[in-house]
Amino acid sequence: MRLLTHNVLRCAIKGVEEGYPLSIEASEVQMEESPFRPDFVKHIAPTLNWPALRQAVKQVGLPEDMLPEAVSDALLGDEAFLRALHRVLMDVHVVAGALVCPESGRRFPIAHGIPDMMIAEGECPRDDK
Amino acid sequence: MALPSLEHFSYKDYDTFYEPSDDTYLLLDALDADRRFLADTVQPSVCLEIGPGSGAITTALATLLAEERGFSLMLAVDINASAATATAATAAANSVTLPVEVVQGDLANALERGLSGRVDVLVFNPPYVPTPPEEVGTQDIAAAWAGGRRGREVIDRVLPQAAALLSNKGVFYLVVVQENRPQEIMSVMKGLGLSGQTACTRRAKNELLSILKFTKAPP
Ligand SMILES: C[S@@+](CC[C@H](N)C(=O)[O-])C[C@H]1O[C@@H](n2cnc3c(N)ncnc32)[C@H](O)[C@@H]1O
Repeated sequence: MRLLTHNVLRCAIKGVEEGYPLSIEASEVQMEESPFRPDFVKHIAPTLNWPALRQAVKQVGLPEDMLPEAVSDALLGDEAFLRALHRVLMDVHVVAGALVCPESGRRFPIAHGIPDMMIAEGECPRDDK
Repeated sequence: MALPSLEHFSYKDYDTFYEPSDDTYLLLDALDADRRFLADTVQPSVCLEIGPGSGAITTALATLLAEERGFSLMLAVDINASAATATAATAAANSVTLPVEVVQGDLANALERGLSGRVDVLVFNPPYVPTPPEEVGTQDIAAAWAGGRRGREVIDRVLPQAAALLSNKGVFYLVVVQENRPQEIMSVMKGLGLSGQTACTRRAKNELLSILKFTKAPP
């Protein structure tokens, strides 16, 4: 699971309002360099939840100051920034561990890089009806 | 379009996830027929396949986009753990250069809010076979086909999600059979603001398969 994916995942169980951002408890993280795609990063940057991404950076054990506190239009023209963001979004792989819902404490295991977001039948919001 | 290499699987593996079949091939052909549209007009940066099974479609679409010098996040979510693992394995075995991200989950439940209005290409070859309703909702190989009443139980849950996920230029490809009442699906989607057309149709054994293609209706 890349941090780009983490940025869009949430806990969708019954009774949870936001279920976001999920905390990362990483037991195995791999860094794998990939070709820099500035256009992709520029396009994706404005759609990101920035506080969630900064929290994720910290939780996978990367330096907190790897990303600035906020994104600005000026930064999107800054190659050093785009490279750092590319690295964070694309090159960090959480291979094993868990995602934990900040509201309910519900844990979603990650194994072989695949988060298991399945919820039990009794946890489904539509069971309320 | 050619099927990606699946030589990393043995026939035994197909006891645990769906082996590509006529429905898979028809969807591949529909995507390939839309190659120019996908590469030049849609130019996706986020693609999502629901129910990737073996991962054949996700890998084929990633390969198509890479051939056209595109670059997109390729997300894939399957309810079946074996299918999720298989999808990652197929991408790796075919040296896919685009980032393929696999999640185990029920439709887009865990992704719908985070990806709202951001999915440029959405693909689903759903469990479409009419079955008794109690056969729907397993996490094993039966999830590949068991569609419940008229084969519509899983399809009907995905339609509102698709409408929420699609970006303004987004496109949604959905495999259906005649028993699913394609015209009715199109009218449900129309109510959700999406216009549909039949991209292609093929008779295979006892099934009349079609690919429905939806885009955001112009306002
Ligand atoms: C007909 S198979 C298609 C597999 C593959 N895409 C292909 O075309 O060969 C349907 C797939 O959808 C998955 N599926 C069924 N219900 C699902 C759900 N609620 N959420 C996610 N995936 C689901 C099944 O596990 C299976 O992999």
